[in-house]
Amino acid sequence: MSDLLRVRGLTKRFGGLVAVNRLDLDVGAGEIVGLIGPNGAGKTTAFHVISGFHVPSAGEIVFKGASVVGQKPHAICRRGLARTFQIVQPFAGLTALENVMIGAFNRTGDVAEGRAHAREVLDFVGLGSHRDAPARTLTLADRKRLEMARALATQPELLLLDEVMSGLNPTEIDQIVGLLRTIHARGVAILLIEHVMRAVMALSHRLVVLHHGEKIAQGPPGEVARDRRVIDAYLGESA
Amino acid sequence: MTWGLLLQAVISGLLLGGVYGLVASGLTLIFGVLRIINFAHGAIMMLAMYASYWLHALGGVDPYLSILLTAPLFFVLGVGVQRVVIEPNRRAAEHNQLLLTLGLALFLENLALVLWQGDFRTVRSAISGTSFMLGDALVEGARLVACAGAVVVCVGLFAWLRLTDAGKALRALAEEPEGAALMGIDVTRIRGVAFGMGAACVAVAGALVTPFFYVAPDVGESFNIMAFVVVVLGGMGNFLGALLGGFVIGLAESLGATLLPGSLKYLVVFLLFVLVLLLRPEGIFGGARGR
Amino acid sequence: MAARAVGLVALAALVALPPLLPKYFLEVLISVLFYAYLGESWNVLGGYAGQFSFGHAAFFGIGAYTSTLLFLRLAVSPWIGMVAGGLLAAGFGLFAGSLSFRYGLRGPYFSLVTLAFAEMLRVVAVNTKAVGSSLGLSIAPRSAPALFLFDGKLPYYYVILAMALGAVLLTRAIERSKLGYALHAVRENEDAAEAAGVDTLAMKLRAMAISSFLTALGGTFYAQYYGYIDPSLTFGPAVSIQGLLQAIVGGAGTVLGPFVGSFVLTPISELSRAALRGRAGADVMLYGLILVLVISFLPHGLVGWFRRR
Repeated sequence: MSDLLRVRGLTKRFGGLVAVNRLDLDVGAGEIVGLIGPNGAGKTTAFHVISGFHVPSAGEIVFKGASVVGQKPHAICRRGLARTFQIVQPFAGLTALENVMIGAFNRTGDVAEGRAHAREVLDFVGLGSHRDAPARTLTLADRKRLEMARALATQPELLLLDEVMSGLNPTEIDQIVGLLRTIHARGVAILLIEHVMRAVMALSHRLVVLHHGEKIAQGPPGEVARDRRVIDAYLGESA
Repeated sequence: MTWGLLLQAVISGLLLGGVYGLVASGLTLIFGVLRIINFAHGAIMMLAMYASYWLHALGGVDPYLSILLTAPLFFVLGVGVQRVVIEPNRRAAEHNQLLLTLGLALFLENLALVLWQGDFRTVRSAISGTSFMLGDALVEGARLVACAGAVVVCVGLFAWLRLTDAGKALRALAEEPEGAALMGIDVTRIRGVAFGMGAACVAVAGALVTPFFYVAPDVGESFNIMAFVVVVLGGMGNFLGALLGGFVIGLAESLGATLLPGSLKYLVVFLLFVLVLLLRPEGIFGGARGR
Repeated sequence: MAARAVGLVALAALVALPPLLPKYFLEVLISVLFYAYLGESWNVLGGYAGQFSFGHAAFFGIGAYTSTLLFLRLAVSPWIGMVAGGLLAAGFGLFAGSLSFRYGLRGPYFSLVTLAFAEMLRVVAVNTKAVGSSLGLSIAPRSAPALFLFDGKLPYYYVILAMALGAVLLTRAIERSKLGYALHAVRENEDAAEAAGVDTLAMKLRAMAISSFLTALGGTFYAQYYGYIDPSLTFGPAVSIQGLLQAIVGGAGTVLGPFVGSFVLTPISELSRAALRGRAGADVMLYGLILVLVISFLPHGLVGWFRRR
């Protein structure tokens, strides 16, 4: 499988604290990889570094064959790597459609064209009926969809999703799982951080487990779930 | 350029720097607790200077004695302004809070202009005009008193923050806003106290400078700008940094005035300001971060 | 449709009525449009990009001084000097902006650094003999339309009307363009904008360049209309405050906000000046009070309040 994203030896320190330590991570084209681990394991930091919001302390990040270390988030987004935020960050004063248009403008300079594409994406994620609602009035579930729509509108080849299911009820989670399958079927690779195990187990081709900033296990979901160190890490957290 | 002139510049700079330190301490106190940059700080100082002036002109009160009246008065005034103008807008956007204090500054400054016109007024104290020589340099008694007084008040403020319950509550609020609320501290009251203390600081500073400075509606502007520079230099919310920064800026201004023609000294001050803002938003003395 | 009709009637009135107005009212109307123009110029950066400059006097002064010096020293027509001043101001804006934005100055820190830049230019102007130091520069009145000098007030009125309308149309075009959407995104949330592929630095610099260019043109108009400039009139903090005040009161980040702001504020200022004759400062005192009241009760300005009702 050709590697879309290749991360080697990725390290991020904040002062004395090592948030991510020598992480190796691959995502192949068309793959769904789940990044899991207890709270504070460094998952979100890893996302921040890969998407260009933090500069890595060490290590390399290669996306589509070229290094993206030191590039700004918008440039990485243009290359085809889009992300969502753990705490959703819609443009509160813009309508749902306008939010998505911001993403669509990555691929077109034409406002009408951007609007048309944004409409398609909104319909695709099931927010078509809320098109003209200001983002601040949407429910949490809808804001999560909106955030995905905004990322999708940039036409990524790899989508980084940071806990898009947290805080949602089981029905909403099932809908998002369905949506992610459809996105995947369109040829978009997905790297997702998720605490909803049921969903991440069902979706992921492969799991990578982080604990205290280090990768402690990886492999197919069934295998990882039986891994002693993974079980200990999670038990350690709840104890 | 002689050593005498240079020595004179250093002494003048340090003496005025102490006052800058006090003005900046008030500003940094307000910033630390309320997280707002108070553009009206200099205007409040200007009002306090007028208060000292009128007490002297109408009641014959020595400006130093007027502190006993103006400091408590401006504390109450500060608490009132905070409660009526600032507190209701506590959740407003950051830039709107800045505009709020800017509006307050415009209002107060021009109120003074309307009431008392733009004339320069001066106040004489018993020690105005006294001086002595230190080597080749002249030391004015009033400036020395102003600096010493400012440093004493700064130290007093520092002690108040460390030792009293109100001071400790105020520091707790500056460092851990959520934690302070959980500990049962009346945060609204403490925010008022912080603004009041800030106003009292400039009331004292104002009274201390009137014996050798002019009083006019725009007199607060330059102190305000200097205090911004000092606070950014010393680190937003950092008290020791404010006092030290005061001396640094006083020196820079005074040396700039000696070495450069005209009013180019301000160029030095602003250049320093921009450089510190760009390079070290947390100030050269470290401390609480501004953002 | 109704709004469009009202707009057209207002426009027709602005074009047709002034020749019939007494001189005093014409002067007030010129002030109204002039401050509306300054507000529109500030609005591109402050309102749309959300970067609250407190130092637009820097651009205003650069515009006023560039065209005036070119005219007085090299006999270059201020019409040309105006463009030169605009470009110079845009260059300075890009310089100041890239310094501030690259070092991550946001919110009040950006306001303070822009204030400092303007003050630095003022101090330099005060201390430079070649630009007239604090005495300033005068342009003798005469009638020479090719040199941006007119007999009477009316031609100046039409010039500033054209400039103000031009600024409104430009703002409207920006609002509806890709740039407008990107600026809105930047204003709301820079991180989210970056994540959605918006080059936030480039967008802010673009807004800065447009805003500073426009402001500088206002500086040239001021120099030509009043025939006199000095460092505090052009580089002073009051100029910066005037621009942002119109936008904040009228509605920052809206096309017509600064216009509305100026149509409310400027007459108030004129009236208070007339009412408190000889008492300097009354108008600015009222401005301060209005600013406090607007922030407290209409944080989105008059236009914003009207829309949200």
